[in-house]
Amino acid sequence: MSMLAASPRLTVPLNERDHVIGPETAPVTVVEYGDYECPYCGAAHPVTKALQHAMGDKLRFAYRHFPLSQIHPHSYQAAEAAEAAGAQERFWEMHDVLFENQTRLSTQELLAHAGALGLELERFAADLAQHRHAPKIREDFLSGVRSGVNGTPTFFINDVRHDGGYDLASMLKAVQL
Amino acid sequence: MADYPDHALEAGTEAPDFRLKATPDQWVGLEDFHGQALIMAFYPADWSPVCTDQMALYNEILPVFHEYDAVVVGISVDSAWCHAAFAQHRNLHFPLLADFEPKGQVAKQYGVYEYKEGLARRALFVLDGDGVIQWSYVSPMGVNPGAEGILAALEQMKEQQVGAPV
Repeated sequence: MSMLAASPRLTVPLNERDHVIGPETAPVTVVEYGDYECPYCGAAHPVTKALQHAMGDKLRFAYRHFPLSQIHPHSYQAAEAAEAAGAQERFWEMHDVLFENQTRLSTQELLAHAGALGLELERFAADLAQHRHAPKIREDFLSGVRSGVNGTPTFFINDVRHDGGYDLASMLKAVQL
Repeated sequence: MADYPDHALEAGTEAPDFRLKATPDQWVGLEDFHGQALIMAFYPADWSPVCTDQMALYNEILPVFHEYDAVVVGISVDSAWCHAAFAQHRNLHFPLLADFEPKGQVAKQYGVYEYKEGLARRALFVLDGDGVIQWSYVSPMGVNPGAEGILAALEQMKEQQVGAPV
């Protein structure tokens, strides 16, 4: 049906700079490219949680940033906030908070989220102010572009772009390889 | 009726010249892009009902295109006024050309007009600085062709340039 010969593949393999949940030996690896201000990513977030719950040790899940900052003005700084939390070993907690608070992503609100998570606030604020994690977000974005990420969310299942739906049933079916 | 190609022009073809409105009072043609790589992105219509559409993606990637000394233009049959409103609403930072009168003529010349719908297909052309098509691709109507093909083409053009005698 499609004129595309094959679905694009992930061009940059997972490495030590990625945020990853699950064992390296898991038979299935899912990589999400997402944007914290994108409503579709917000809708997909509980699905990714349910998928991890259902798959347990059989799934390795990773998240990379793909902020569409021209249409989602808070998305870039939200990604920086996730990385700033990551620098304090709290990436996934902030990741959840951001997706659960997609309309509360202003600088003040990001600081409040960091405070609620008990992060070292001075360091977190300095990371945001100095855009300390911007290069990493740009690297994620570029790796996405080169891998065929056209919008968000985009999932790769074992390095192949998943072009089907991302409701739980579709995702569970797609990971049964 | 003029003779138009029945499929998208392919690599190695000299790109047909055009003269289209970029704004309600500004025209652009192929010669305005001489010496630069030009990405021509034909698309069916402004205001497609998705938040992460093809034009939004190119808008985010502009800095990367610029690293290859490439510029991008979007082309559809919408009028210059429609493009202006769309570009403003989506905060687009590259020109949208109006293939409006005669309707779809440039899309027809490039072999990417959908006669039944009266729209341009989702088609990509990458031209070198001399206006020769180096890569082209037509995507199914509802499928965002993304940017990976464009970047691969630009990368290849850059390598050829490096390899070429000066």
